[in-house]
Amino acid sequence: MKYLSEYRNLEATKSYLRLIEKTVTRNWNIMEICGGQTHGLVKNGILDLLPEKVQMIHGPGCPVCVTPLNLIDKAIELLENDVIVCSFGDMIRVPGSKKSLLEAKANGGDLRILYSPLEAVKVARENPDKEVVFFAVGFETTAPANALSVLHAQKEGLKNYSILVSHVLVPPAMEAILDDKFCTINAFLGAGHVCAIMGYEEYKPMAEKYKIPIVVTGFEPLDLVQGIYMAVAQLEKGLHQVENQYARVVKEEGNKAAINVINEVFQIGNRAWRGIGEIPNSGYVLKAAYKDFDAESKFGISNINAPENSDCIAGEVLRGIKKPHQCSQFGKACNPSNPLGAPMVSSEGACAAYYHFSDTLISSE
Amino acid sequence: MDNLALENINLGHGSGGRMTRDLLDNIIFKTFNNPYLNQKHDGSIVKFKGEIAISTDSFVVSPIFFKGGNIGELAVHGTVNDVAMCGAVPKYLSLAFIIEEGLKIADFVTIVNAIKKAADASGVLIITGDTKVVERGKGDKIFINTTGFGEVHPKGSIATDNIKVGDKIIINGSIAQHGMAIMSERQGLEFESDIVSDTTNLNFLTNKLLDVFGNKIHFFRDPTRGGLSSVLSEIATDINKGIAIYESKIPLEKQVAAACEILGLDPMYVANEGVFITIVDSSIENEVVALMRKDSKGKNTSCIGEVTGDHPSKVIMHNTIGGKRIVTPLIGEQLPRIC
Repeated sequence: MKYLSEYRNLEATKSYLRLIEKTVTRNWNIMEICGGQTHGLVKNGILDLLPEKVQMIHGPGCPVCVTPLNLIDKAIELLENDVIVCSFGDMIRVPGSKKSLLEAKANGGDLRILYSPLEAVKVARENPDKEVVFFAVGFETTAPANALSVLHAQKEGLKNYSILVSHVLVPPAMEAILDDKFCTINAFLGAGHVCAIMGYEEYKPMAEKYKIPIVVTGFEPLDLVQGIYMAVAQLEKGLHQVENQYARVVKEEGNKAAINVINEVFQIGNRAWRGIGEIPNSGYVLKAAYKDFDAESKFGISNINAPENSDCIAGEVLRGIKKPHQCSQFGKACNPSNPLGAPMVSSEGACAAYYHFSDTLISSE
Repeated sequence: MDNLALENINLGHGSGGRMTRDLLDNIIFKTFNNPYLNQKHDGSIVKFKGEIAISTDSFVVSPIFFKGGNIGELAVHGTVNDVAMCGAVPKYLSLAFIIEEGLKIADFVTIVNAIKKAADASGVLIITGDTKVVERGKGDKIFINTTGFGEVHPKGSIATDNIKVGDKIIINGSIAQHGMAIMSERQGLEFESDIVSDTTNLNFLTNKLLDVFGNKIHFFRDPTRGGLSSVLSEIATDINKGIAIYESKIPLEKQVAAACEILGLDPMYVANEGVFITIVDSSIENEVVALMRKDSKGKNTSCIGEVTGDHPSKVIMHNTIGGKRIVTPLIGEQLPRIC
């Protein structure tokens, strides 16, 4: 557990909290991009330990939460047509327009929960008379493994494997948030694991253009408070630099081998974000050379559309305009057993994190 | 004996005819051999002194063989422990199988032997049972149901009504081992580990606690499915009082913690099979911990928290960095995260 227990150290965490307290003189809104960071902040009770002047705004970095409703409907359509659908676990309970993947499984669909897309290639190999689709959702973090599954399937000559792509990219989402007229964000905590793949060179022009500090940050309590301290220190000094708190994992240039695999299989394309809408050049699509592995065209399901639930304010939560408990449905009509939107389902979703861990529920009763 | 020369269980073994009888004679009666079962009647007649505690449970674990045990001993321990958690001394078990045709007879024998061994170690007799065979695809190898019968301990008074503010919450060992042992063998989760299930019987330890401390032991509960979080949340809701627990006091093996970390699972929600909590009068906290630590089933005993008058119906965990969070029950199954 090296590199973990050290970053959950009480004294070190407290000393950074004291530093933040000492440094901060004005109100600052800091957005943590990644849902894993939101989860870490709430689960460890850090939100309550921060000075009132430092407000954390929860960003859109939950892959499950930003996957559009119609993609879930598409996966269900496949499942109901005798296709073996393989998925990461937290995707399966997200409600589509009529049901979730889990409900489609209960109705007889062959849904497999996997940890790695390479496992899905194995499923395809073992079931040559069946079509196998991997539900390739996620940010830049999962893109290399998803791309690699395509390369493996191609190398093995598997004709029954394809992926349903819903890959989104972090930097365009950050820019979309900054361009929003309601944006009140003063600094970002960059998503540590995304940067482990992609590096952080591309953030420098953004920090310059929007005059906003960006601190690439990890996920453990000490990472989070140190990242927040670094952001606050920059804000107080009027700086807007890109800094790397998560240096034990993240290199400026990222992981070259992983980036090469992504670039071989995917190209940048437009993507719809659940609750936010379409953002130009904000995701990955398969390159023409790999179109045989594109489940949408292979099964003719591109036209499936679905409206969002109008009671759900997930879009505003994902853009940091509202906090989960400011939603009139929070903890009432919408709860983890009966989620109206994805942020209440995923363990990284801001609404679920608040529901499970935050004392906003204590004070509300 | 003829049909037992076959390799697999088939529908004939559940027909109620000759093949069923052969299966029972050659495996079940031979293994469990006791005066109640040997009457080969539709049921058994037994005597009890005073109040009896009854608990039933069905076992559908997949895979049926895992590190540290199999579905057979689980079916004994699960029900024996549930009876023990009622503050009773488990005496008898019923045993019912639903077998999917095609199960290897050798596997069935292994499971039955494990049941016998676990029943002997728990001090219970199998006194009645049932065997059904279903068509392939209508089951998953083997399902087992057991019902346990126990005599309520003369000094036992286990009920949520007894729990009061100030009571201490004590756990007998490390959490999340069973769930992670099963997880490590599930298809699609490629990770290897030496984590073994903690499945075991807890009745002798709970009985000993009642022998020594009587009604100062207010409550027992084993956090099986849903894990420690779910059980504590349920208790807090039932008693309408608060529960405060301390993350640093909850025993968790390094290897289990690491596996949970890798798979993105919270050990507080992972299933246990050899773990129980007891809620006791604060005056006996130290003595209870000392007694339990001397027992082979309680070496890692730890006092993890207490019942409080604050935040009624809620469980609050105080974590290692000084923060707090609400512990909620598990909603569906715990799902691995994307990244």
